[in-house]
Amino acid sequence: MKVTLFATCIVDMFQGNVGKATVELLEKLGCEVEFPESQVCCGQPAYNSGYVKESKEAMKRMIETFSNAEYVVSPSGSCAFMFHEYPHIFEGDPVWEPKAKALAAKTYELTQFIVEVLKIEDVGARFEGNVTYHTSCHMTRLLAVKEPPMILLKNVKGLKFTELPGKEQCCGFGGTFSVKMAQISEQMVDEKVRHVEETGAQYLVGADAACLMNIGGRMDRLGKPVKVLHIAEVLNSR
Amino acid sequence: MAMKIGTEQFKERVENGIHDDFMRGAVASAQDGMSQKRRAATTEELGNWEDWRNHGEEIRQHVLEYLDYYLEQLSENVAKRGGNVFFAQTKEEANEYIRSVVQKKNAKKIVKSKSMVTEEISLNAMLEEEGCDVVETDLGEYILQLDDHDPPSHIVAPALHKNREQIRDVFEKKLGYTKSSNPEELCYQARVTLREKFLEADVGITGCNFAVAETGSFCLVTNEGNADLVTALPKTQITVMGMERLVPTFEEMEVLVSMLTRNAVGQKLTSYITVLTGPREELDVDGPEEFHLVIVDNGRSNILGGEFQSVLQCIRCAACINVCPVYRHIGGHSYGSIYPGPIGAVLTPLLGGYDDYKELPYASTLCGACTEVCPVKIPLHNLLHKHREVIVEKEGRAPVSEKLLMKAFGLGASSPALYKLGSKIAPAALNPFTSGDKISKGPGPLKAWTEIREFPAPNKERFRDWFKNRDKGDKNS
Repeated sequence: MKVTLFATCIVDMFQGNVGKATVELLEKLGCEVEFPESQVCCGQPAYNSGYVKESKEAMKRMIETFSNAEYVVSPSGSCAFMFHEYPHIFEGDPVWEPKAKALAAKTYELTQFIVEVLKIEDVGARFEGNVTYHTSCHMTRLLAVKEPPMILLKNVKGLKFTELPGKEQCCGFGGTFSVKMAQISEQMVDEKVRHVEETGAQYLVGADAACLMNIGGRMDRLGKPVKVLHIAEVLNSR
Repeated sequence: MAMKIGTEQFKERVENGIHDDFMRGAVASAQDGMSQKRRAATTEELGNWEDWRNHGEEIRQHVLEYLDYYLEQLSENVAKRGGNVFFAQTKEEANEYIRSVVQKKNAKKIVKSKSMVTEEISLNAMLEEEGCDVVETDLGEYILQLDDHDPPSHIVAPALHKNREQIRDVFEKKLGYTKSSNPEELCYQARVTLREKFLEADVGITGCNFAVAETGSFCLVTNEGNADLVTALPKTQITVMGMERLVPTFEEMEVLVSMLTRNAVGQKLTSYITVLTGPREELDVDGPEEFHLVIVDNGRSNILGGEFQSVLQCIRCAACINVCPVYRHIGGHSYGSIYPGPIGAVLTPLLGGYDDYKELPYASTLCGACTEVCPVKIPLHNLLHKHREVIVEKEGRAPVSEKLLMKAFGLGASSPALYKLGSKIAPAALNPFTSGDKISKGPGPLKAWTEIREFPAPNKERFRDWFKNRDKGDKNS
């Protein structure tokens, strides 16, 4: 099966390991992965800040970049959700609305793709360690992908899973919120860090690089020993 | 009290909220408790909760669609039963009408049941100006009133930010209370004091949870029974309602009341659901001799028919407030409005303008927790986003530095060549700030981020470079 990777700008620039793990994992599962060079950012940072006009240019670029793809897969629930928002954003636009709909219909978050399209629940991974999982808001609430990451993690050999208390609470990232409302964001991420610590887990795993950058960045500053991993890295472990 | 509370700037209010340890502990435990009760009374008990939500949304949308028709029907039916109806376009008009009623009755003593819309129009301030003794009879509101008009911090539990020790101190100072902070003792004191007030009152003022157009009735939901006394004892009754707070018939009222109580307090029904229709009739043993219904617009018409119309679907259950992670940490007073939380951040700027409230739509991570729980399916996080769009694109109120940054974003993100160039030079550009694999003191927009967290240094080899090189046959790199 041919998969077109929507790596996301964060992964492209800051979290190369996540991109690599995603590619390797998909290949292990029998997919052929392509990465169109013309992909940029999905437009979410500007869009969520209210700059709709500015963000639409990036969105059009992304729609065109992935127009020939059969399946678009992204290791980020939030960015994949953004593609699902495109049809609303271009609502009433005779040229771009149909194209946006076509893109949304074939876009999947990584774990969703593995479980729902590839119909695989055990990727054959082995990972020794005590893991807790951050359910990111856009992925669970807006894209409505709740079960797939849980199903996949529970089938990883050697992995001990501990549920994160207050898992439904946002980590305080929120894109530009993290800098615009820094004082509030700090309180939110601190509560999240406390919850992570309560689990006693060695690893905090998530499916959104941005949330992980937020929680991980705070834990690092506070000198917490918990390691942060993207779910693709765990599922790609053998 | 008006809709606006306090005089501090948003940042200062938030700072105060964040440093109020007691308030934060109280809010967090109230949120956790309420959310658990709400889930039990909705998704768990009913099973088909999504059907309920769809139905609730349908009812509210229908009412808003035909609001003029139902308002007319309501007015006719109230008049038919001998009540007086006044439609106030502004808060001043509402206050003037109520002032004239109070003057005509030569009323000096007034009891009120809980009503957000009367707070919105600053009714108490006007009545006090008139020399009236106005007493809030909802326990939470009563405590706040006693405490020198401390503003509410939650629309259902207005004194959420106070603990029982603080309440005891207020009672001691204002009522000469000498007993303990035991809730039962505190309640008893309030009950004894309020009972006198009920008996003495010339006028009773209530809000309105739902008015029923078909019969001219209105309904009040309480757990304390105070609304029963406010409506049963005084000879004159004034009910104040936001113009959108109505339903076509009792059938819809029953659905929405159930959704309200389940969401607001996790109860199938509250202890009292008071439904009244017009003034006392010949064989009635109690109830007012004179009844006035004041329907308040105060900016609501401007919301109708526009892109924010769905906010008027709100039934004031506060479920969104009880799950909001931002409210959790800053508390209600930080919003600077009697309407806090997600619903407040959407509604307040619409009613009060962006001058005072332009920060509120940004006080959200757009996590969607509010939208997920709203029983009448108001897309709250989308409306918060819509505000941002209006602030940036129609009002042009965004900071210049941000505008420039976003322009650069638009340019960079829409051109693959520029994007590639930007991401390629990023490591070099950020090199002076980088130590090892992280940035601890970032420049520009990274400054606020790195004040409390590390930011990852851009990878020397971007993912796209790795993929490209690998494609050339170097699959093991």
